[in-house]
Amino acid sequence: MKMLRFLLEKEFHQIRRNPAILRMMFIMPIIQLIVLPFAANYEVKDVKLVIVDNDHSSLSRESIQTITASGYFQLVKMASSYNEALGWIESDEADLILEFPNKAEEMLIREDQISIYLAVNAINGMKANIGASYLQQILSKINANVREQWITLPRYLPEPIIEVKKSFWYNRFMDYKLFMVPGILTLLLTMIGSFLASLNIVREKEIGTIEQINVTPIPKGIFIAGKLIPFWLMSQIVLGLGLLVARVIYGIESWPVLAWIYLFNSIYMLAILGLGLFISTITANQQQAVLVSFFFMMVFILMSGLYTSIDAMPYWARLVTMFNPVSYYVELMRMLIIKRSGLHDILPFLWIMILFAIFTLSIAVLNYKKRV
Amino acid sequence: MNAIAVQGLKKSYLQGKETISALKGIDFSVHQNELFGLIGPDGAGKTSIFRILTSLLLADEGEASVFGLDVVKDFRALRKIIGYMPGKFSLYQDLTIQENLEFFATIFETTIDQNYDMIRDIYVMLEPFKNRRAGKLSGGMKQKLALCCALIHKPKILFLDEPTTGVDAVSRKEFWATLKTIQQLGISILVSTPYMDEAILCDRVALIQNGEILGLNTPEGIIDSFDRPLYEVFTNDKFSTLQQLRKLDITDKIYPFGESLHWITNNNIEEKLISELQKRKISIRFIRAGIEDVFIHKMSIKEHEAELH
Repeated sequence: MKMLRFLLEKEFHQIRRNPAILRMMFIMPIIQLIVLPFAANYEVKDVKLVIVDNDHSSLSRESIQTITASGYFQLVKMASSYNEALGWIESDEADLILEFPNKAEEMLIREDQISIYLAVNAINGMKANIGASYLQQILSKINANVREQWITLPRYLPEPIIEVKKSFWYNRFMDYKLFMVPGILTLLLTMIGSFLASLNIVREKEIGTIEQINVTPIPKGIFIAGKLIPFWLMSQIVLGLGLLVARVIYGIESWPVLAWIYLFNSIYMLAILGLGLFISTITANQQQAVLVSFFFMMVFILMSGLYTSIDAMPYWARLVTMFNPVSYYVELMRMLIIKRSGLHDILPFLWIMILFAIFTLSIAVLNYKKRV
Repeated sequence: MNAIAVQGLKKSYLQGKETISALKGIDFSVHQNELFGLIGPDGAGKTSIFRILTSLLLADEGEASVFGLDVVKDFRALRKIIGYMPGKFSLYQDLTIQENLEFFATIFETTIDQNYDMIRDIYVMLEPFKNRRAGKLSGGMKQKLALCCALIHKPKILFLDEPTTGVDAVSRKEFWATLKTIQQLGISILVSTPYMDEAILCDRVALIQNGEILGLNTPEGIIDSFDRPLYEVFTNDKFSTLQQLRKLDITDKIYPFGESLHWITNNNIEEKLISELQKRKISIRFIRAGIEDVFIHKMSIKEHEAELH
């Protein structure tokens, strides 16, 4: 025990004397937590729209007014022909073209139907997709209005209409920040754990101190515990700071589920630190360690369900995410913070994470050799 | 029981597709309380021997034991009785002198006070700076600190891998004096060095080249084993003299040595040749060989043999 105490003392001395690491551990995550949620914004506003109005009727005028009044679109230009409008898309100054055909209103009255042409710049896939669906929604509303005004309905409807009404549970206002902030916090914790733990040990390899440690009778387990405990403790502090930032800046309340978050984080960090330790056993210098960690992090982040929905992934990709500890943490954070789940709901997550921790820690310890 | 017993040690490294054998069957033993030197150029295999003996590296073949403890089987017990100072300074640069010492004392389950008499002579020189970080010390200080850390748990044997490489001449002298006092405390010492002038300070030395021991004896014994006449040649034009003398039949080997040339001949030089040379303002005198001369000679014999094969 005395040995472990001294190891920890030594680690904390070293961490304290390395201001870069301290900054990285505490200030960076907070800054990122303040900046990133605004960057990872799924709300699409100001879709740039070009309208080609060949009709110049009251119908087209009213439609244009409704569309621009919706707030989602920014009318950049009224073009006189489709080709001119396409020029705007080509120079990337417009995202959508809406074209009213010649004599649209007349056709609508005479033949009961018209086609309106919609062209979408699909280079930014998400913006195009969402912009187009906004526009379709608005157009169908216009359509409904037209039906109401122009068609005299019979006393009873000849055919029943099924109306779909949505109500959003748990996140009633579809606030993307409530969705993103806890997820980003998990990523930051993961990065701190895996990068710092692996770099710390590899640094001892680089400087040569590990050689000096290896010739001592110090047991492997104590040495590794001495390496993991400081980062484990610090991750808990970073988690607390992160949740505080979420509360103060985004008004995300985590108080009622704080105990569960900490319980899960305690096990989760063991799994991640185990991974970091494993990386340090297979690399010889800090450069390699950063590259390998980075590889793991890229896969973990992109397949975590933070930015893209796991449910929308193909089957094989969903299988891969089952081996991604980050995906469990992201989901769990959302369950706890958005849905206010209880211990019963998160129990399976805890078991899985215990398995992860056992796995990564054992391969790391087995792979750590005091001799070559 | 010998302090170190090594038999038929072989080790090769895989470098790309090539296997490079660093040790080609090493045998030697170190007596208790002996100051034993491994002398050889860089890449001779000295560090590999150290790493095997300190249980950091596994040999491919052969056996090695330290105070009867096998370096493979009894590595746990072994690590308690050895002190190792690697060639590269490898203490925590961001910890102070005091913290480094305390740290190494603790992981050997001892304290500074308990073994203070071991390190006192060296530590008094460090004490004024004990709150300075190790990374900010001068080369000589770092080396003293490393020696303290290797001694703090009262080891039976010290392994010092090139402790004086990159250290100035005064500090080197001081360091060897320290080694002698450590030896008087009853500690066996295995030290490696590329400097031949340090060889004579050892009780016994092994000359190592390309993973083989070329000679093992006391420094005097090594010098006495040299059975050729050796002359020191002084001249104004070293280069052309070197070339002229190399052409002579009597010459075995000639090479620059400091300010002069060292000339190993097959037989004693006749008076006639000496006066001939003196006319050309080349003065020569018969000298006793140093370790370096023996080493160079043995190396050239080895190379010659290798060429014949």
